[in-house]
Amino acid sequence: MAAKTQRLEVTLETLLESVDLAENIIMRISEVAGFGEDDRHKIGMAVREGVVNAYNYGNQQDRRKKIFLTIEFDPEKMVVRVLDEGEGFEIEEVPDCLAEENLLRTSGRGLFLMRAFMDEFTVQRGRGGGAELVLVKKLPQNAARNGEFQVQ
Amino acid sequence: MALQGTCREIEDVAIVDFSGKITLGEGSSTLRRTVRDLINRGHRKILFDLGDVDYIDSSGIGEMVAAYTSVRSVQGELKLVRLTKRVHDILQITRLFTVFDVQTDEAGAIRSFRSIQQS
Repeated sequence: MAAKTQRLEVTLETLLESVDLAENIIMRISEVAGFGEDDRHKIGMAVREGVVNAYNYGNQQDRRKKIFLTIEFDPEKMVVRVLDEGEGFEIEEVPDCLAEENLLRTSGRGLFLMRAFMDEFTVQRGRGGGAELVLVKKLPQNAARNGEFQVQ
Repeated sequence: MALQGTCREIEDVAIVDFSGKITLGEGSSTLRRTVRDLINRGHRKILFDLGDVDYIDSSGIGEMVAAYTSVRSVQGELKLVRLTKRVHDILQITRLFTVFDVQTDEAGAIRSFRSIQQS
């Protein structure tokens, strides 16, 4: 069934499977929105990292908690929000994964990859106190500019 | 596609041909298990062929770093060969090219291992 959409909200369970599900959803939507293969890969990976962050660090793998994925379009950009039900965090307190002394750390690169792969990346306090990751990608030049398209 | 690793040996180098995705969950576990088994079997010269790995996420990167430190902790060496563009790019932007010894071909990689006493 086809449906016009400018905003999509998905509530994900705090499960490992939600990571792949979120990536698949955003990859499909990015394709429909006109993003090329390389951008789709970057967007998919950034959203994947966002949901991994919510699953592991925000919700601490607590199955009673949810992950809220929101995808919005305006004529210029796609905005993806990943909200968890954790305690939130201050991005300034996250160690710099590129610093020499952190190169051999086995975690802490997800936020960096989100920033690297999107045009804008911010972390804010969401409703309920959890972390809300906001990922922005400008729409490609050839994409529909009216902010409306159909997701099959 | 789930990560698969096939081990073979040339001279005293253990070569693992990986295919699939190195991501949170099964992919990372497969990599961890493979490295642990090789070390337990006494291998100290380990080469990952990543020619069929076209996706790695931050968890996979973390697992690669853990593999590197595990092998180093037993005075061994871990090298990489045949990186796909996506894995290459990820290692580059995360500065891990400065950590891993990345070789361009298998024969050269095998020759590059220094003399290490296998246990």
